[in-house]
Amino acid sequence: MIEVGLTHFLIVSSALFSFGIYGIITRKNAVMVLMGIELILNAANINFVAFSRYLNLGLSGQVAALFVIILAAAEAAIALAIVLNIYKTFDHVNVDEIEKLKE
Amino acid sequence: MLGFPILTLLTFIPVLGMIVVLLLPNDRAKEIKYTSLLATGLQVVLAIVLMMNYNFNAGGVYDESSFQFIEKFRWIEIPGISWLGTVKIDYFLGVDGLSTPMVLLTAIISFIATLSSWNISNSVKGYFALFLLLDTGMMGVFVALDFFLFYVFWELMLLPMYFLIGIWGGPRKEYAAIKFFIYTLFGSVFMLLVMIGLYFSAQETLVDGSKVFTFNLLALMDQSNYTADGILSPFNPNNIRFIAYIALFAGFAIKIPMFPFHTWLPDAHVEAPTPISVILAGVLLKMGTYGILRISYPIFPEITRDLMWYIALFGMINIIYGALCAMAQKDFKKLIAYSSVSHMGYVLLGMASLSTTGINGAILQMFNHGTITAMLFLIVGVIYDRSHTRGLDDFGGLATQMPVYTGFVTIAFFAAIGLPGLSGWVSEALVFVGAFGVDIIRVLTMISALGILLGAAYMLWTLQRIFLGKLNEKWNQLADLDKREYAMLVPLAVIIIFLGIYPSAMLDIMNTSVNSLVDFLSNGSANFTLSGL
Amino acid sequence: MQEITFLQLSITVLFLPLLSFLIVILYGKKFPKLYLLETGSIILGFALSVLLMIFKISQQLNNTLSFNMTWIDFGNVPMLGHLKIELGIMLDNVTVLMLFVVYLISMLVHIFSLEYMRGDRLYNRYFAYLGLFTFSMLGIVLTDNLLMMYIFWELVGLSSYLLIGFWYEKKSASDAGKKAFIVNRVGDIGFFLGILIIFSAYNTFSFAKVFEQIGMGVLPFDSGAWLTAAGILIFMGAVGKSAQFPLHVWLPDAMEGPTPVSALIHAATMVAAGVYLVTRVFVMLTADAMLIIAVVGAFTSFVAATIALTQNDIKKVLAYSTVSQLGYMIMSLGVGAYAFAFFHLVTHAFFKACLFLGSGSVIHAMHHEQDIRNMGGLRKKLPITYLTFLISTLAISGVPLTSGFLSKDGILAGTLAFGSLTGHWLIPAFGFIVALMTAFYMFRLVIVTFHGVPKNKEKFDHAHESPFVMVMPLVVLSALSLFIWYTPLPHAPDAGWFISDWVKTPQTVVPENLRFDFMKSSAPGEINGEVVHSASYTEALHHAHYPAMALSLIVAGLGILLAFLMYQWKKIDPDLVAGKVKPLYDFSLNKWYIDEFYDAAVIKFTLKFSGFLAWFDNTIIDGIVNVSAVITRLASKIVDLFDIYIVDGFVNFSAFISGFIGLSFRRMQTGKVQTYLVFVVFSILILLIIINPF
Repeated sequence: MIEVGLTHFLIVSSALFSFGIYGIITRKNAVMVLMGIELILNAANINFVAFSRYLNLGLSGQVAALFVIILAAAEAAIALAIVLNIYKTFDHVNVDEIEKLKE
Repeated sequence: MLGFPILTLLTFIPVLGMIVVLLLPNDRAKEIKYTSLLATGLQVVLAIVLMMNYNFNAGGVYDESSFQFIEKFRWIEIPGISWLGTVKIDYFLGVDGLSTPMVLLTAIISFIATLSSWNISNSVKGYFALFLLLDTGMMGVFVALDFFLFYVFWELMLLPMYFLIGIWGGPRKEYAAIKFFIYTLFGSVFMLLVMIGLYFSAQETLVDGSKVFTFNLLALMDQSNYTADGILSPFNPNNIRFIAYIALFAGFAIKIPMFPFHTWLPDAHVEAPTPISVILAGVLLKMGTYGILRISYPIFPEITRDLMWYIALFGMINIIYGALCAMAQKDFKKLIAYSSVSHMGYVLLGMASLSTTGINGAILQMFNHGTITAMLFLIVGVIYDRSHTRGLDDFGGLATQMPVYTGFVTIAFFAAIGLPGLSGWVSEALVFVGAFGVDIIRVLTMISALGILLGAAYMLWTLQRIFLGKLNEKWNQLADLDKREYAMLVPLAVIIIFLGIYPSAMLDIMNTSVNSLVDFLSNGSANFTLSGL
Repeated sequence: MQEITFLQLSITVLFLPLLSFLIVILYGKKFPKLYLLETGSIILGFALSVLLMIFKISQQLNNTLSFNMTWIDFGNVPMLGHLKIELGIMLDNVTVLMLFVVYLISMLVHIFSLEYMRGDRLYNRYFAYLGLFTFSMLGIVLTDNLLMMYIFWELVGLSSYLLIGFWYEKKSASDAGKKAFIVNRVGDIGFFLGILIIFSAYNTFSFAKVFEQIGMGVLPFDSGAWLTAAGILIFMGAVGKSAQFPLHVWLPDAMEGPTPVSALIHAATMVAAGVYLVTRVFVMLTADAMLIIAVVGAFTSFVAATIALTQNDIKKVLAYSTVSQLGYMIMSLGVGAYAFAFFHLVTHAFFKACLFLGSGSVIHAMHHEQDIRNMGGLRKKLPITYLTFLISTLAISGVPLTSGFLSKDGILAGTLAFGSLTGHWLIPAFGFIVALMTAFYMFRLVIVTFHGVPKNKEKFDHAHESPFVMVMPLVVLSALSLFIWYTPLPHAPDAGWFISDWVKTPQTVVPENLRFDFMKSSAPGEINGEVVHSASYTEALHHAHYPAMALSLIVAGLGILLAFLMYQWKKIDPDLVAGKVKPLYDFSLNKWYIDEFYDAAVIKFTLKFSGFLAWFDNTIIDGIVNVSAVITRLASKIVDLFDIYIVDGFVNFSAFISGFIGLSFRRMQTGKVQTYLVFVVFSILILLIIINPF
C-alpha cells in the first residue's frame, strides 16, 4: 500500500486549481466564475495544510487555511451580493456583457 | 591735479547732453542741435583744460603713479563666489602720453562733426542722442585703464554707430551698417575671450593683502602678478599667449582697419552721412591702433618683439595696397576711404619699429590722420551737399567756381600727400626714421616709401579731375563756402599747419610716455621671455 | 658786422618772401594792388642779400657761420641716449652767392612779370606763388642740415607745381604740374631714403656733424657700400629736381607754365637746387658714387642735347638745353670739378634766365606764338631782345669773353683731367660732343627766330619791342654773362676771385679706401699753402686747361659754323639732312620716346595694376567677406531645415511610432478579465518553460 505523501496532496490541489482556472476562463456566468475562484482558494488551502503537515512548519499552515476559509466566505457573500445586483440591473449575469464601467 | 573729476566729465558730458536732447520735444530741432554743440564744445574746453594742466614729464604706460588725472574706485564687487573668488572691477580712468592726444582728437573731431551735422533733417532728436552716446563711447575707450571698462566703452560705441549709418546713411546703408556691425563685433568677441583669459591668469594684491583676479590693465602688465598656472600666464609652460596675442591683434586690426580686414571701411564710409564718416575716420580707426599700443604691446611685450616684422609687413601692405586701390576709385568718398587704409599703414609701420621715433611718429600720425582725413571727408561732404554726386569724373574746373574751397582742399590734399610744412609729413617722416633704423624691417620700410609716390599720384590726379581744367558748366551755380563750413574747416586747417611747423606741441605730450613704453618693451619686460609657441 | 647780425639778416632774408606770400594769398582778392608789396619785399630782400654777400666775403671769407635750434626733442631715448632733431641755417660763401643769384633772378623775374602777366585773372596769386617759391628756394640755400633741405626741397616742388599749373584751366598745364610733382617725388623717395641712412647711422641731420663722423671713419651700418648707397640715393633727389636722365621728362613739359616762371624756376634756380644739393654733400661721396654721378650727368647732357637739335618750340629748345647744361654741372661734380660746377651753376643761371626771359619777350611780342618756324626776322623788330639773346647764346655756346666760356671750359678741363687720371675717357668725349651740339642748336634757334625773313607776316607786323620793365632784366642778365664779373683775364677762370677765393673745393671726408686713387691723401694735399681737394687732380686740371680750351673753341666754332651753313646761308638743306638720317631724326624729335616708354611701362602698368587691385579688393577680399556671409546664411538655412525635418521630425516620428505600437496592441486589451487571465496563465506557463526550474 502506498503511503500518502505530499505529492499526492499537491496533485489534488493542482487539479482543483486547474479546474478553478478552467471555470473562470470558460464560464460566462458570474456565479460559475465565483465557483471557480472558490475552487482556486480551496486548492491553496489544501497546499497550506499539506505543507504545514509535511514540512514541519507547526500550525501556521492550518491558521492560514482558516483565514482563507473565512475570507472566502466573506468574499462569496459580497460577490454574490454584487452578482445579485448585477442581475437586478442587467437581467443576466453574463460577465462578457457587463461593460458599463468601461464607458 | 584738478579739484574735479575731469576725465569723468569729459566722458559723460555727452551723456548728459543726450538726456537733455531726449527730454526736448521732437520738433525743437534747433535746441537739440545747440545742446549737442554745447556738450561737445564743453568737451573741447575740458580737453584744453586737461592739456594745460598736463605734466609733460610723467611717463604713465605701465606705472600707475605717473598716470595723470586718475580716478579709481570699486565699481563692481561680488564677494566670494566659490571657484571665481571675489569679483571686483574698478572704475579706473587716467591718461598718459598715449591717450592724451587721442582725447584731444576725440573732443575736436566730435565738435566739428556736430557742426557738420547741422544739415541732418530727419529725426533730429534720435540722431543727436545717438551721436552723443557715440561720443561718450569713444572718449571712454581712450581714458579707461581697466580692461572691463575699456570693453564696455568699446561696445558702447558700436550700437549708436550701427544706427547712425543704418538710418541716416546712403542708398546701401543697411548693408554697410550690418557689415560694420558684424565685422566689429567679430573683433570684439576675440577681445572678450582674451580679456577673460587674462582675468583668470593674473591676480592683483589689494590693500588688505588679499589676492583677487583683475581686469586692471596696469596690473596685467606687471608679470609678477601672473599666477603659475593661468592659461595666459608667462609662467605656465603650456600657455597660449601667442594665440591670445593674435586674437587680440585681430580684434584691433579690424578697427584699424588692417588688410585683409579692411573691406567694411569703404562701404561704411560711402554710405555713412558726412559727420559720421568724419567720426569714423577721425576717431574710430584710431581706437584699433591705440588698443594695440595700450593693451597688446605692454601686456604681451615678448610676442610683440617676436612679431614686429609681421606688423611692419601688414603696415607696408596697407600703405601700398590702400594707395593703389585708392588710385582706381571713381567715387570721391571711396577714394578718401582707401587713402585712410593707406595712411593707417604708416601707423602700423611706425608702431612695428618699437623705437621712440617710430612710435612717436605713429601716435602723431594717428592724430594727424584724424584731422586730415576729417577735413577730407568734410570736403567731400561740402561738394556732395551742393551737387549730390561724388563721381570724380562728374566735375572739373571747380577751382574757378569755388576758389576758397579749393584753397582748403589744396591744404588738405597736400597734407595727405605728406608735404613738409603740413602735419602729415612730420609724422610720416618720423615713422620712416623710426622704422628705417631697425634693421629687420628696413627693407619693408624702403618698399613702403613707394607709398609717398603713390599718394602724390592719386591725390594730385583727383585734384586735377575735380578742380582743375575748364569749369564744367553744369556746376556754375555752386556757391563757395558758407560760415558754418568755414567754422568746420578753419580749425582743422590751422591745426594741420601748426603741427606741421611746430610738431613738438604734440610730440612733447607723448614723448615721455613713448620713451617709457619703448623702454618697457625692450628692457623693463625682459622677464617676459617664455613664448607661447 | 657781428656774427649774430649775419644770422638775423639771413633769417630776415629767408622769411621776407614767406610773409609777403601769406599776406598776398589771404588778402589778394580784397586789395588788387598787393602784388606791389610782394615785389617790393623781394627787392628789399635782394638789397639785404647783396649786403650779406658783401659783408660775408669781405669780413668772414673763410668762415662758416651757423646757427641752429631744437625742433623736436625726444629726450632720453632708450638705447640711443639723448636724441633731438635740429633745424638751422649755415652761411658760407656758396650760400651767400646762391642767395644773391636766387634773389637777383627772382627780382628780375618779378619785374619782368609785372608787364608779362598784366591782365591775368589771378595776377596777385601769381606773385604770391613767386614769393612762396623764393622762400622755399632760399630755405634750400640756407639750410645746414639734410632734413630742412628735404623740407624746402618739397616746398619748392609745391611752388613749382602751383606755378606750372598756374593756368590750370588748360589741361596740358595741369598735367604738366602733376607730372613735375610726381616725377620729382620719385627722386625724392631716393633722397629721403638717403637721409634715412644717414640719420640711422649718425642720429643727426646736420651736414657738419655727419661729415665729422664720416671723417672719423664711422660708416653707416659699418659698410662702405652703405655710404655709397647713401650718396647715390641723395643724388637721386638731384636727379629729380635737376632733371637728370631718366627723370628729366618733367622739365620740358613744365614749359606749360608762364615763361617768366620757366626762367626763374625751370632754368635758373630750382633746377639748380639738385646741383646745389650735390655740392653740399660732395665731401661724403665715395668714388663709386661720384662715378655714377658723372656718368648720369654726361649721359643726360648728351640725351638732352640730341633732343634739342630738332625741337621747334622755342621754349622746348631752351628746356632741353637746360637739361643738357644741368647734366654738365652734375658731370662736373662727378669728376670732382666742384668749383667749376658751382661756377657754371651761377653763370648758367644768368644766361639761361636771360634766354628764357628773352624768349618770353619774343612770345609776348608774337602774341603767344612759340613755334620758331613761324618766326624769323625778328631782329629788326626786337633789337634789344635780340642783342641780349645773342650774348647769352654766345655764353651758352662757350665763346670767349663770355662767362659761359669760363665755366664750360673749366668743366671740360675737369673731365679731361678725370679721363687722364682714371681712364674714363668717355666722359670728356660726351662733354665735347655736347659742346658741339649746344653751339649748333642754340645758333639754330637764334638764326631761325631772329634772322631771315618773317614766316608769319601778320604776327610779325604786330610785333614790337617790349616795354622797359621787360627789357631791363634782359640787359642786366646779359651783362652778367660777360667775363668781367668773374675774372680779369678772359681765358683764365682761376685767375679771378670767384674760383680761387670764394669757392673752393672742400676736402673729402670719405675713408681712403673708398676714394679715387687721385684723391688719396698720400698725395700731398697742399698747393700754395692751401688745402685743396686733391693735389694730383689740381695738377691734372692745370695740364688739361689749354687742350680743353683749344678743343672747346674748335667744337663751339664748328657748331656755330654748321648752324650758319644750314640756316643762315642755306648751303646745306636741313630737311635733306633730316631725311638722310630719318630714324635718328625721328628719334630725336620724339625725345627718344622716353615719355611713350614711361606712359606704357609705368603709368599704364600702375593704373592697370591699381585697377586690378581694386577689382581684387572688391571681388576677392570683399567677396570672401560676402561669401562668408552667404555661407553663414546658407548654413543657418540648413540648420533651419535640419531643425524642421530632422530634429522635429524625430520627435514627431517617435510620437508616431508609439501611436502605431499603441494601435497595434490595442486589440489585446479586450477589457475581459478572462482574456487577461488567459494571458497570465499562458505567460506563466511560458515563463516556466523558459526558466525550467525542474
